Amino acid sequence: MAETTTHVAEPTRRDFLYIATGAAAAVGGATLVWPFVSSLAPDAATKAAGAPVEVDLTPIAEGQIVKLFWRGKLIFVRHRTAEEIKAAEDVNVSSLRDPQADSARVKPGHAQWLIVYGNCTHLGCVPLGQQGEYHGWFCPCHGSVFDTSGRVRGGPAPINLPIPPYTFTSDTKIVIGQEATA
Amino acid sequence: MSQHSTTYVPKSAFGRWFESRLPIAGLVHSSFIAFPVPRNLTYFWTFGAILAFMLVSQIVTGVFLAMYYTPNAAMAFQSVEHIMRDVNYGWLLRYLHANGASMFFVAVYIHIFRNFYYGSYKAPREVLYILGVIIFLLMMATAFMGYVLPWGQMSFWGATVITNLFSAIPVVGDTIVSYLWGGYSVGNPTLNRFFSLHYLLPFMIVGVVALHIWALHVPGQNNPTGIPIKSGKDAVPFTPYATIKDIFAVVVFMLFFAYWVFYMPNYLGHADNYIPANPSVTPSHIVPEWYFLPFYAILRAIPDKLGGVIAMGAAIVIWCFMPWLDTSKVRSTAYRPLYKQFFWVFVAVCVVLGWLGSRPAEGWYVIASQICTVYYFAHFLVVLPVLGFVERPLPLPNSILESVMAAKGGAGIPAGANAEPQSKG
Repeated sequence: MAETTTHVAEPTRRDFLYIATGAAAAVGGATLVWPFVSSLAPDAATKAAGAPVEVDLTPIAEGQIVKLFWRGKLIFVRHRTAEEIKAAEDVNVSSLRDPQADSARVKPGHAQWLIVYGNCTHLGCVPLGQQGEYHGWFCPCHGSVFDTSGRVRGGPAPINLPIPPYTFTSDTKIVIGQEATA
Repeated sequence: MSQHSTTYVPKSAFGRWFESRLPIAGLVHSSFIAFPVPRNLTYFWTFGAILAFMLVSQIVTGVFLAMYYTPNAAMAFQSVEHIMRDVNYGWLLRYLHANGASMFFVAVYIHIFRNFYYGSYKAPREVLYILGVIIFLLMMATAFMGYVLPWGQMSFWGATVITNLFSAIPVVGDTIVSYLWGGYSVGNPTLNRFFSLHYLLPFMIVGVVALHIWALHVPGQNNPTGIPIKSGKDAVPFTPYATIKDIFAVVVFMLFFAYWVFYMPNYLGHADNYIPANPSVTPSHIVPEWYFLPFYAILRAIPDKLGGVIAMGAAIVIWCFMPWLDTSKVRSTAYRPLYKQFFWVFVAVCVVLGWLGSRPAEGWYVIASQICTVYYFAHFLVVLPVLGFVERPLPLPNSILESVMAAKGGAGIPAGANAEPQSKG
């Protein structure tokens, strides 16, 4: 049997090749993980289904909330009443959990139209409209409360209902999924 | 325990030829026939066999359901109704599978609390125990994804709420969630991949169960006294003693299982799940299946999204540290008078948390959930470490045999059961 040598031999070219081969295998193996992970991402068809959608606002009565989908996500289009707009504007912004003025959440000159994503920012349930302490939305799952600007006012939701990208193409038409390019 | 090992000697020439090439018969013999089992095991030790039975039952019923189920968002709900109405015994397969999940969790919770009570998690069984925690986590993932497949309202919103837990992760949370969904919301890609994983994970459970049993057979089973087998008289051979007892327990458990399947098959489900998934309406009161309720209550007790998710995860991960958090030298709670009381308080807290998880998150329910959550963690972080130092345990018996003799008043042990296992046929 060969004796085990106790002294450390000088690095040889063979050691270098050994380490280089191992390193190449490790990098190669790690690289191979990427196609598998990437395949889990939203695919091209799902992204293509996210083309902008046009919404005609004329049939939406004052006080009404309409639900529609863009990119598979629920969106609320709310035609706010004068009291609802006033309630949203008469808020001390600095007292909010996610401070944002109502004017920053609607388009200038279109304060009666509030367009927000329709899933609670806590865990994604659909909040119920015109309910809760501020008559905005109330989430039945874990009790988050939103005001008439879609801002979080209570419960576990960490942020306001986000605003999807949209633009007014006329006074009664919006396109969701497209920001103004002016 | 080397005095117990009986070597397997094949009787036929073919047996000897085969055994020298693949010694599987010898492995079965040493693991499930001659394997020494403490003679004082109670029926609480039959839940491993019951769980093995439930795993096989779930896989068999699941494979047959998959022959008719369609993992497509437009067809899944109808394909389940098709199984219920048109497929021969489809209703039986589905009710066995759906109630089987609950029965699986009934058995695993008894198994887990038996382990907590008798200190089975302590040295030298830490690895065995942590493998068990891993099996439990895999079971939770499998059960959750299975519940999504019928694509009813509870399926859809359960999937939405649970996948959204990952959105609490700072910075990358939203990207992770869209990778889980394969889209911008729970949809067809989500259903498809959940079906794929729901079929895969049970076989991963089988693999970890094999390791769990392997790790069990190194130190052998714990027992109600918590003291190890010291001589052959402390043990009986696995076959016939444990084999027959396990089979009997499995049959009794099957009666319990059958009662649910045949008399109240929808009791543990939710009526809302017979409404097809609707992404624009959330059911007014969404709750997870009963076996997730204590963890759900912990999630909701924390008034912060990320904090709630971390607390819920920690509630299970903390189990992995029990072998080191428990400082007591005595395994079995039967000899720990003080800990025995804390153990039952802990059981009660877990049950109350489960009940609170089924209540709406409002008013005093939230406060009660917070108190119970604090106690839950205090049990692991305060009670377990401190009691080991302050508690005076009762005197332990010298051997398993002595404890059995004491219980029987020193008489009445059948002569056969008193013999050394290897001396029996």
